[in-house]
Amino acid sequence: MTIGPIGFAAPWLLVALAALPILWLILRAVPPAPIRRRFPGVALLLGLRDDDSVSDRTPWWLLLLRMLAVAAVIIGLAGPILNPQDQAQANRTGPMLIVLDSSWASARDWPAQEDLLESLLAEAGRNARPVGILQLSDPEAPVFQSAETWRTRLTGLAPAAWAPQPDDYENAATLLGEENFETRWFSDGLAREGRQTLLDALQDRGPVTVHESAVPIYALTPAVVEDDALRLTATRANPGPARNITVEAHGRDPSGAQRLLATQDMTFEAGAKEATTLLSLPAELRARLTRFEIAGQSHAGAVTLTDDSLKRREVALIAGREDREGLELLSPLHYLEQALEPTADLLDGSLSDVLPANPDVVVLADVATLSGAEQADLLDWTDRGGMLLRFAGPRLAASDVSRSDEDPLMPVRLRAGGRSVGGAMSWGEPKELAPFPESSPFFGLGVPSDVTVTAQVMAQPDPTLADRVIAQLSDGTPLVTRKRIGQGQVVLFHVTANAEWSTLPLSGLFVQMLERLAISSSLALPDLAELEGTTWQPVQVLSGSGVLEDASTLPGVDGTRFVEDVPGPDFRPGLYDGPDRRLALNVLPSGTTLTPVSWPANLPVLGLDRPPEAALGGWFLAGALLILMADILASLGLSGRLLPARATMSALVLALLLTPHMADAQDSTMTEADEKALMAASEVVLGHVITGDRSLDNAAQAGLRGLGETLFFRTSVEPADPVGVNLETDELSVYPFLYWPISPDQPIPSEEAYVKLNDYLRTGGMILFDTRDANVAGFGASSPAGRKLQRLARPLDIPPLEPIPEDHVLTRTFYLLQDFPGRHTGRSVWVESAPADAEQVEGMPFRNLNDNVTPVVIGGNDWASAWAMDERGNPLFPVGRGFAGERQRELAYRFGVNLVMHVLTGNYKSDQVHVPALLDRLGQ
Amino acid sequence: MTQIAPLRARSEAEAARFPALLARAEHLAGTVLLGEHGRRRAGMGDDFWQYRPVQAGDELRHIDWRRSARSDTQFLRQREWQIAQSVTLWVDGAASMRFASDDSLPQKADRARLLSLAIAILLNRAGERIGLSGADLPPRRGDAQIERLAMALGQDGADDYGAPQTTGMLSHGRALFLSDFLGDLDPVRKALTAAADRGVRGVLYQILDPAEESFPYRGRTIFESVGGTMVHETLKASELRDRYLERLAGRKDALRHLCATTGWLYGTHHTSDSAQSALLWLYNAFDGGHGR
Repeated sequence: MTIGPIGFAAPWLLVALAALPILWLILRAVPPAPIRRRFPGVALLLGLRDDDSVSDRTPWWLLLLRMLAVAAVIIGLAGPILNPQDQAQANRTGPMLIVLDSSWASARDWPAQEDLLESLLAEAGRNARPVGILQLSDPEAPVFQSAETWRTRLTGLAPAAWAPQPDDYENAATLLGEENFETRWFSDGLAREGRQTLLDALQDRGPVTVHESAVPIYALTPAVVEDDALRLTATRANPGPARNITVEAHGRDPSGAQRLLATQDMTFEAGAKEATTLLSLPAELRARLTRFEIAGQSHAGAVTLTDDSLKRREVALIAGREDREGLELLSPLHYLEQALEPTADLLDGSLSDVLPANPDVVVLADVATLSGAEQADLLDWTDRGGMLLRFAGPRLAASDVSRSDEDPLMPVRLRAGGRSVGGAMSWGEPKELAPFPESSPFFGLGVPSDVTVTAQVMAQPDPTLADRVIAQLSDGTPLVTRKRIGQGQVVLFHVTANAEWSTLPLSGLFVQMLERLAISSSLALPDLAELEGTTWQPVQVLSGSGVLEDASTLPGVDGTRFVEDVPGPDFRPGLYDGPDRRLALNVLPSGTTLTPVSWPANLPVLGLDRPPEAALGGWFLAGALLILMADILASLGLSGRLLPARATMSALVLALLLTPHMADAQDSTMTEADEKALMAASEVVLGHVITGDRSLDNAAQAGLRGLGETLFFRTSVEPADPVGVNLETDELSVYPFLYWPISPDQPIPSEEAYVKLNDYLRTGGMILFDTRDANVAGFGASSPAGRKLQRLARPLDIPPLEPIPEDHVLTRTFYLLQDFPGRHTGRSVWVESAPADAEQVEGMPFRNLNDNVTPVVIGGNDWASAWAMDERGNPLFPVGRGFAGERQRELAYRFGVNLVMHVLTGNYKSDQVHVPALLDRLGQ
Repeated sequence: MTQIAPLRARSEAEAARFPALLARAEHLAGTVLLGEHGRRRAGMGDDFWQYRPVQAGDELRHIDWRRSARSDTQFLRQREWQIAQSVTLWVDGAASMRFASDDSLPQKADRARLLSLAIAILLNRAGERIGLSGADLPPRRGDAQIERLAMALGQDGADDYGAPQTTGMLSHGRALFLSDFLGDLDPVRKALTAAADRGVRGVLYQILDPAEESFPYRGRTIFESVGGTMVHETLKASELRDRYLERLAGRKDALRHLCATTGWLYGTHHTSDSAQSALLWLYNAFDGGHGR
């Protein structure tokens, strides 16, 4: 029995659902349990009767909950099954053959096919049916094995990047053997010759079921260059409604990584099987294209690879004379421009402008001399793989270039003057071209008889000349010579680039020669003759799902197959490296059309998705359990034994209220450093530089805390907790005072940190450097901390220093001090030196000193340790011995107080020096 | 031998409460400022009251010569009349007092002890003698008596509802009864009339929990007295509310009427209210008595 997609194993149990209304009547009469309460006022209650003698009812929703639980139990026990399978079909016996097209067109639906395959194999395993699998893209005789064996090998099956060919189908039909079996055919939905033959063979041996995806498939044919743009053509098998697809153009970015370079939308008109569009890209970008792909298709047919045919070479044309303006046919570049225009991008301009653009070819037409810089640049460019093409002409012939010594940018030495033959003033006939030798790149080109040469420059016979000649005249004089320079080459035509000296530029041979020199690249596939005898090595091949894989382990293929053959297992779509170029073999050749397969009408054709059978009994029973749990909670709640509802509610409300605040806190964009700076800016905060040495930093922190406490008690300076300052990340300007203990192994701050530190020192900050070694080395380099201090302070903008003089303002900013002990009692503490012209005025106790706060104080008395206090105000480190030690600590605190006072108040104590003058002025 | 240790521990635990109670009571009493209040008239006492011209009949030895020497007439030095009243306290220690409807509220017994001890401290400062009825603690003065009071107040009664006791009550003294008066009314009536017969006047102070005033219960409930001797079951507690409140009001009326007929003062206090206001009310109730 089935209800919708759900069937029941034991439908008669559902009759028990009829008993539910009776249950309702039973359940509703039970009153809730009483609550016991202590209540002294019970004495007043005695004798009061309840008005309503009927028992309290169970609330309707609790009843409903319980009914639901019982109903779920009944339904669960009745054995509900989602999507029950057709029993007759499922119980078939005998061997089963699974035929897979496994072509590129199957790749898109491969996950669905795998799932279906898995469930078919599971079913066959339950029924103990032997299973064989036949992949048509690479047919082998089917082997019938247990389904479990196949299931372990399922992940090894993958769609191929090519399609089965007609002989594959016929081949498969002969491999089937004599045994009868049921067939499941996973088709890719595309019509191919030979399908019918195989279908007949399969139907002879048993029933056939076809599984096929209904999703339309799109494929891309290779891009074609059209004018300045690329024509992209996509095709689909079923002419359906109008549909937009997106083609992605992938290529290398300047750093060589694969990247999406462009996308182009394409529209299939309703009923059309083909869509086409033009993609216009800058030449720079076009040269970097590697493949086109239809977005979201993920099969090899939706990918086309590009090879050299899409590239246009950049050719820079430079002529030696520009004086004959207007006479186009005599222009040295006219014929070159005509020959190169269709297939190359031409660059104009001076050599120094053009070379940075790194053209593929530079043509120098009758350019004799180059400046030294130009020559060096050109040589460098050629060395890196550039192709320099030179044409002779009157200037070259008249110049001394490469006359006695071979010019680096000339393939041969030239004789003075050249020669002219067959003219009015010369003997002999114009010379024709000799057939090209085998070693020449022009070998195989026909020599038209109307190409004649009347004038040329002559090569000086040299030992190397014979190797460098690649074309010569019928009398053996070199016409074209070539020399390799590094990775590049220089080629010299011994005639002009126009028709003045020869008819060569007028002939088709000229274009062919340029092509052979790879100056202009041909668009078409090389012809059969050219490919004969060549071997092409696969570099990367496409997988069925359209992903490029490394193919260096695959054998090379014969060149003729590019013309004659279609892709197959031993000729896989991908990129192939040939003698002098790279070819792309695509899944679909240009102009392919896809046709949907038409199966005979009586053949069952199913989709790929088969909803799996699922037993729901467990879920129902679990649901019943859950409902009963809820019933327990509800019953407890009703009888008041659950947590007090009000408390729960308030907790919930509290949680809700708190949540947005926490979210706000997370949203705030203020960084930690900002908050620290804000805190430091709103209080007086003493800072110490974080050295990275944990114990040292802790001592500095405790020391500044102690100093802060002392200041708080004794002065009106009330500092907040001290802060460890990270020189790299923190804002320094908010700290009036930095304590910098020196440890020999602390890192040197970065350049940016020194910039900040110098700003800090220039704008009134003070740093107390503390070498903590009692200054035994007198700040020489003989102690490690001293050396470190020198290295740390070298980039700092520190004024001249002197040992603290007796009348320095530091000695009297708060306390009168003459010693500055810390934990040690080292003698000298260094501060900014007084100006040289500071004089002690008669009758004054101290000099009229500089008006600034000293930016640095350098000492080694380990003040932080003497100041250090724990949270309860107890000193952390011993200082000296006995009472004298306590006195020393007291003096250390006094020094700290004086120091902070000096930082915060400047040297107003020094201004006392003006008091007599002020009094005098006031007339007193 | 084995009994001693637990006994000691228990007694220490018990004793530990009294200083706390005493301290709280002292603290509470400290909120009321007063000196040693005299009778505001001349009489026997230690403090100076006034100089009065000598009248006929005054003994010569009463003349204050130092004052008289400053003028022509003779003066007597009179001392303020100071006399001590005896106040007898009865604090209900029954089980029904050990009830608090909410954890944040003190038990009624706790509040009753606190108030009684605090008023005892105040009265002691005013020079009155304080005793505890029914506990063999006759009225006496002094801080030692306060400590004895604290000790005696800590004892819990076993009964469900307490009955006022008049034993140890001195004639024409004053009395303070602290209870919830939710139990049987007859013993109260009997005690009050007995006290009135002996010329004792005083204050009847009813201490109630807020829950007893509002009856905030719903649903099927079994109400038990704190001692567990009385049980009442109802299916709808909310239905009982009005009738319960009616009965409570009736009980208060009865008490008020009883007080009016015997010349006592009647007051009500809820444990949710501050103890200080209750203490002030009580102090005024006694102080007012002095004035009259």
